[in-house]
Amino acid sequence: MTDTHIASAFDRDLETIQAHIMKMGGLVEDAILKAATSLETRDEELAEQVRNADRAIDELEEQINEEAARIIAVRQPAAVDLRVILSVMKIASNLERIGDYAKNMAKRTTVLSQMGQIHGATASIRRMAKEVERMLKDVLDAFVQRDAGTAREVMHRDEDVDQMYNALFREFLTFMMEDPRNITACMHLHFIAKNTERMGDHATNIAEQVIYLVTGEIPEDKRPKSDRTSTDPSVAPA
Amino acid sequence: MYDTPNTERTVTRNETKFSARKVQVYYGDTHAIKDVDVDIEDKTVTAFIGPSGCGKSTFLRCLNRMNDTIDVCRVEGDILLDGQDIYDKKVDPVQLRAKVGMVFQKPNPFPKSIYDNIAYGPRIHGLAKNKAELDEIVEKSLRRGAIWNEVKDRLHAPGTGLSGGQQQRLCIARAVATEPEVLLMDEPCSALDPIATSQVEELIDELRTNYSVIIVTHSMQQAARVSQKTAFFHLGNLVEFGETGQIFTNPKDERTESYITGRIG
Repeated sequence: MTDTHIASAFDRDLETIQAHIMKMGGLVEDAILKAATSLETRDEELAEQVRNADRAIDELEEQINEEAARIIAVRQPAAVDLRVILSVMKIASNLERIGDYAKNMAKRTTVLSQMGQIHGATASIRRMAKEVERMLKDVLDAFVQRDAGTAREVMHRDEDVDQMYNALFREFLTFMMEDPRNITACMHLHFIAKNTERMGDHATNIAEQVIYLVTGEIPEDKRPKSDRTSTDPSVAPA
Repeated sequence: MYDTPNTERTVTRNETKFSARKVQVYYGDTHAIKDVDVDIEDKTVTAFIGPSGCGKSTFLRCLNRMNDTIDVCRVEGDILLDGQDIYDKKVDPVQLRAKVGMVFQKPNPFPKSIYDNIAYGPRIHGLAKNKAELDEIVEKSLRRGAIWNEVKDRLHAPGTGLSGGQQQRLCIARAVATEPEVLLMDEPCSALDPIATSQVEELIDELRTNYSVIIVTHSMQQAARVSQKTAFFHLGNLVEFGETGQIFTNPKDERTESYITGRIG
């Protein structure tokens, strides 16, 4: 099959909407890294930047949805074109959600920088955020390359993020038990860790959409679940 | 609470109505249909799609031996209707066409009254014993053609005086008057406006409860809307045949994909 439609305007529409996804993805990756850095370096100004940048992400999502609606109305896309539109809409809403979590991390940074340091926590979160950002980058590359293999690999990497979260969960519990004055900071940090773990889940959702786009089928094998904090009492220290 | 199934999309496996095996059609030296194998189900709308000259109309016309009327046309292979070879010497093509009705691209009512347009088939096939029975058949057919309410007060006006959409529904009513088992439709909506098209599509969906309907259409959206099964023809080959939903969201063959997405293939 050739890549070009007989109606070349249709090609331009599809290219534009996918370019907007990539732009949105770039902004979201940036937000994740900056939010994590601001947390670690207690950089309130950077945190403020992240909070303000979220608006652009939201606006892009809206724009993508409008473009998708217009393409559906005007072009009645079928087969792979239809899958592009459907996956683009879902990817946009997942990206928007990741952006919200990054913004939330930045918000908490502003609060946390007024409190005592929790040893090692922010560096661990930064590493976790870095891994999520890499997943996101790879899955968006897979989207552009129509590469289902890379998308599957990204789904599996979510397991690592879940493990990192489990470790942090335990650490925070320990800190809180050691000294109740740590509770406020640890609660905030725990939310950040949990939200970062959720970002990984959203990256996994995007990977599913990429697989659907390429193969026409939603992957059946349930993605690996390694966040055991909600089911396994032994995760928490006695 | 019960789940409400999406009826239009529910594909149930029905009995095979038409079974074609290794069908070849030649127009003189031109090989128009190549090795087509397909099973058409009863009580199902099957759409034939494909670019111009791909053989979809030719194949459709094989199903009620309309190609017999073309001298240079030669049909090979087996086409079975309910297990019976329709090209068998014992089969009377006129009887076959009463069983396998056809509606054409352009509405072609007879230059007779609306009543006589419908009554013509039942009369020659002797389906009515008396006037009362014939009246009943005419009314029933016009109702099935979703045109009864519009013409009941002028049954003796000429059929050619109706609007294009009404004429087409009249032709559908005429086609169902002989109680066919299969209805072949060759681009039945291409000369109609969107409203008349919707009415005909609605009608096709109703006809599906009684008949096997096969429709040739250039409108992919129409194929997607009205059919449960879709067959894609290309250069005389049946490239892909499957559930309509699958063909339009996830076709297996690249040529199908190129065609339905409007790419140069």
